[in-house]
Amino acid sequence: MNKSDKKRGKGAKTPAKTLKRLLVYTFSNNKLATAFVVLFVLLASVANVTAASRVSYIVTELIDKGVNADMTGTVYPNIIAMACIYFIGSVSSFSYNIIMMYISNRTLKKMRDEMFAKMQYLPLKFFDTHTHGDTMSIYTNDVDTMRQLLTQTIPQIISSAITLIAVFVFMVIYSVTLLLVVLVMLVAVLFATKIIGGKSAKYYIKHQKALGNLNGFVEEMTEGQKVIKVFCHEDKAREQFKKLNDSLNEAGEKANANAFVLGPVNNNLGYLQYVLVALVGVLMMAFVGEKGFLSIQCSIIEAGAANRTAVLAGMLVSFLMYSRQFNMPLMQVSQQLNAIVMALAGAERIFETVDTPPEDKGGDVTLTSGKEGWAWKKPLVGGGFEYIPVKGDIRFNNVVFGYTEDKVILKNITLYAKPGQKIAFVGSTGAGKTTITNLINRFYDIQSGEITYDGLDIKSIKKDDVRRSLGVVLQDTHLFTGTVMDNIRYGRLDATDEECIKAAKLANADFFISHLPKGYQTTLKGDGANLSQGQRQLLAIARAMVSNCPVLILDEATSSIDTRTEKLIEDGMDKLMEGRTVFVIAHRLSTVRNSKAIMVLEHGEIIERGDHEQLIAQKGKYYQLYTGAFELE
Amino acid sequence: MFKTLLKSVREYKVASILCPLVMIGEAVMEILIPFMMTYIVGQFERLAKGEIAEINVSGIALCAALMIACAVFALLCGVWGGKLAAKASCGFAHNLRQDMYDNLQKYSFSNIDNYSTSGLITRITTDVTNVQNAYQMAIRMLVRAPVLFIASIVMTLFIEPFMALIFGGAALILGIVVAFCMVRVAPHFKMMFKKYDGLNAVVQENLTAIRVVKSYVREDSEIEKMKRATGEVYKYSVKAERILTIMMPCVNLVFFAVNIVILTLGANMEIGNISGNVSPSQLQTLIQYSAQILSGVMMVAMCLNFISLSKGSMERICEVLDEKATISNPEGAITQIADGTVDFENVDFAYSEKSDKNVLSGINLHIAAGETVGIIGATGSGKSSLVSLIPRLYDVSGGIVKVGGVDVKKYDLDALRNKVAMVLQKNVLFSGSVAENLRWGDESATDEEVRLAARQACAEEFIDNLPGGFNYDLGQGGVNVSGGQKQRLCIARALLKKPKVIIFDDSTSAVDTKTDALIRESLKKHAPETTKIIIAQRISSVCDADKIIVMDEGKIVGSGNHEQLIATNDIYREIYESQLKGEAEHE
Repeated sequence: MNKSDKKRGKGAKTPAKTLKRLLVYTFSNNKLATAFVVLFVLLASVANVTAASRVSYIVTELIDKGVNADMTGTVYPNIIAMACIYFIGSVSSFSYNIIMMYISNRTLKKMRDEMFAKMQYLPLKFFDTHTHGDTMSIYTNDVDTMRQLLTQTIPQIISSAITLIAVFVFMVIYSVTLLLVVLVMLVAVLFATKIIGGKSAKYYIKHQKALGNLNGFVEEMTEGQKVIKVFCHEDKAREQFKKLNDSLNEAGEKANANAFVLGPVNNNLGYLQYVLVALVGVLMMAFVGEKGFLSIQCSIIEAGAANRTAVLAGMLVSFLMYSRQFNMPLMQVSQQLNAIVMALAGAERIFETVDTPPEDKGGDVTLTSGKEGWAWKKPLVGGGFEYIPVKGDIRFNNVVFGYTEDKVILKNITLYAKPGQKIAFVGSTGAGKTTITNLINRFYDIQSGEITYDGLDIKSIKKDDVRRSLGVVLQDTHLFTGTVMDNIRYGRLDATDEECIKAAKLANADFFISHLPKGYQTTLKGDGANLSQGQRQLLAIARAMVSNCPVLILDEATSSIDTRTEKLIEDGMDKLMEGRTVFVIAHRLSTVRNSKAIMVLEHGEIIERGDHEQLIAQKGKYYQLYTGAFELE
Repeated sequence: MFKTLLKSVREYKVASILCPLVMIGEAVMEILIPFMMTYIVGQFERLAKGEIAEINVSGIALCAALMIACAVFALLCGVWGGKLAAKASCGFAHNLRQDMYDNLQKYSFSNIDNYSTSGLITRITTDVTNVQNAYQMAIRMLVRAPVLFIASIVMTLFIEPFMALIFGGAALILGIVVAFCMVRVAPHFKMMFKKYDGLNAVVQENLTAIRVVKSYVREDSEIEKMKRATGEVYKYSVKAERILTIMMPCVNLVFFAVNIVILTLGANMEIGNISGNVSPSQLQTLIQYSAQILSGVMMVAMCLNFISLSKGSMERICEVLDEKATISNPEGAITQIADGTVDFENVDFAYSEKSDKNVLSGINLHIAAGETVGIIGATGSGKSSLVSLIPRLYDVSGGIVKVGGVDVKKYDLDALRNKVAMVLQKNVLFSGSVAENLRWGDESATDEEVRLAARQACAEEFIDNLPGGFNYDLGQGGVNVSGGQKQRLCIARALLKKPKVIIFDDSTSAVDTKTDALIRESLKKHAPETTKIIIAQRISSVCDADKIIVMDEGKIVGSGNHEQLIATNDIYREIYESQLKGEAEHE
């Protein structure tokens, strides 16, 4: 289990804070719309309650007067009023629903956009420590949990609250005593919700965790499905999957069962309440009399009423109706409980991602390109700028670095690359070759020492501009969804088609591109899955050629290209490297042989340096490697 | 499609059938209870109207007792039904996942090639969840709602037949409105899900290629890309939800209209005694039934909508379940493999039956047991395809491949693959310790045997330097070791099988030349009887082999030892010279 899985299991740590932040996030940018939502929700709930009271008014009128009911004077006008109220209620509820729909969709979009924008600027450490599947699921699953919360749960809570208050007021007017009965049952409902809902939430979080585990397992094992086949490991895999699947099932069943049970429990508690209210009403009428009801309404009517029992009975009818109405919103909100738990856990993860501090921008020296080529623009203390031409002079002075504090990868590295020189790094895997290039483009920050670029401390230059001045071809080639042309142009967005094709020709990629179904306009999908590893590297080289940077980093740039093709692109590579400072990492010594300086790295230290002849003459590690390789031929 | 899926219900069949029945029990109570409420309220009403001087206390008490009994019964049904629904739906999903995964394990390489990893994950998790929800809705609602609907109509008939007619009409109107909306909304949802894929693609790409994005300072243009993707999702989700939002008030309006009609007519009946005798309390009951009838219609509509939305998921799951493994064990399979001889006799091979382009054609090759054979050729020349036929990862399209003198199709698959070890080009380690990973080769291997295999693969030294040595945790996909170390671990894992044939498919590309040579030397020393087949880019990796095969465009274009090939084979010489150029000049 990795770290993020553990996080997944926790659920929301500070639900109240998260909820508040979520509400602010959602509504602060839609203040006017929010005001309208609240207004319409208010209108709709009031309409609901009033309509219901109209119903009871009509019913009471019919009860009271019977055949003598005033049809034209009271009943019909009331029915018409009710129709109007219903209409207003419907229009209002439609209005707030549609506004909420727009707000929520906009919020989801904004969330995804902002999270993505933040993520783009996170330090590489974030990507090293989070699994892709986990991060992806924040964008889809977690963001989607907000949808129900925003479109249904929140409006429902508001309208329920209003209905509850209104109904509560009516009930107070009708009978305080009976209200107490209702409140006792309310406590029972809340208690049941807390216990059952809490259980459901607990298992739900367990379920999410189990799902995460299963997800991770499938991701890892399917990635290696062919290895499983080759090693006849199918039964073992099936067994492991079964274990994870079983625990997922167990948690899921319990979470769902509790959620499904909550509805009937609350619903039937509602019926129980109804019975209790009725019984208490009957008993009080029989044994205590009207005073016992503590009814404000009755005491008002009392004076003029001919038949007090009738008045009391009418009051009871109304009260029973209201007590039903009191239960409805409670039930609806308790049904939404799971949605709230889910949404808050999701929101927590979203905010956590958004809150991860971005990598710092670096210094205030920027890159400009004018007629005389590229230059560093350095702000001076007294105002104004100093322009330093970009030459590609890179030096490491006693650089110490480790990915974590306690494990040093590079020990006291000192090296220099003068403009136009080709510097090669040789050494076994894990010696720290790639790490050095990761420091030049400032993917990671050094612990001590100094790296200078054209005499400037690399930390004083804006990170983006350092990177803009470096063209890179990495060991693992990654391409983007889009046409082949788009992918080459990735190196420099304003490159013309001709420039891109020229680069492709130099990289010897033109041949295979023109054999693709639509040539340069062929769409690549899924990281260029339809191309071979070698073809993808050729595209990456073309991409670097288009970028036209003063400094180049080639990290095993030709490792997947067969040697015949490598020879074919040699001219292109030479042209690419001409006049540029180049850092090369390669296993094939033939690739690095003509470098100005070759650094042999071992365990994070440069153990030998010099050009090919010097190193051969030294008869050290390089000599061993070189002749070791040579011997075999 | 439904048939395929429902096969996975199995032991949850009882719960799946019982659940709707229990739900009917709850629904019936739901219908009866308002009747008792009517009686209780009715008593108060009649008292209020002066029709009776005193309320029938014993009647009310009886009614209350009945109502409580009904509520308790409804509660029991509800709780039991809920538990059954949870058990049935979760269990169904559990079986679906297991069946998919089990079938997946039967897949041959060509089956696996049909699916992407992310596609399979979606199918096993998200798609199953969608189907689970639809199933749960179906067993909970699809029976309960119609029962509620019919029972309410029947009860209404008892109170006032004319009202039942009105309810039926309203339900019909509502049904049409809802059906219309559902039909309109479906294509938008479909588009929305499609756009979700686009959004996922952008995120995934940026997660894997973040180094490229940052190197080229393309954060802003990627953010723009994401905005376009989320914009598309927004567009279709708004389109779909707008229709749904309009639907709800329509439903409410129908409900309210029915209410008004009830009241108006009810009032008239009350006064004029037109046809029946509807008391005010009955009016309230009618209103309650009308709500139940209309919500019944809504629920059925929602269920159907849910099911139709999950249709895509169902189809994707069925694809996995229905996929027939293209390679399976023969009857009377041979489990003993004589030795490591490998023969290709007129072998043709294409990855799919439909494509007329053969990846390999007319391959004839004999490799004696214990021989070391190198295979070299440009990318796409068919090297990997050739060797993958030996452990029968794919079946030939024509000709025969033999191991130990017997057609590979006659062997038990496990037996064959245990004796023909293959180190794949795209190799993977799994979370767990180094030792656990190596034991994939042989679960019962002793610590000494594991160590020996590691030594033979030149991995012992670096493993000992890892914190915890052989117990060091490799992390997901073996992220905690470098490429070259990973390759050596993969070799050690294969060696632990003590195979008769071992195949290296470009599996030392990230290992430096010296270690590469050391590995080959140790193999020669420790496994003299094992046939070693080495695919490589570097001539140095193969030039000391007993035999070197040169491949080009799916054919063997040369074979012999290094000297012979240098003398006779143009392609080989060209490759050799391209790799040697620098050094040769220097000497």
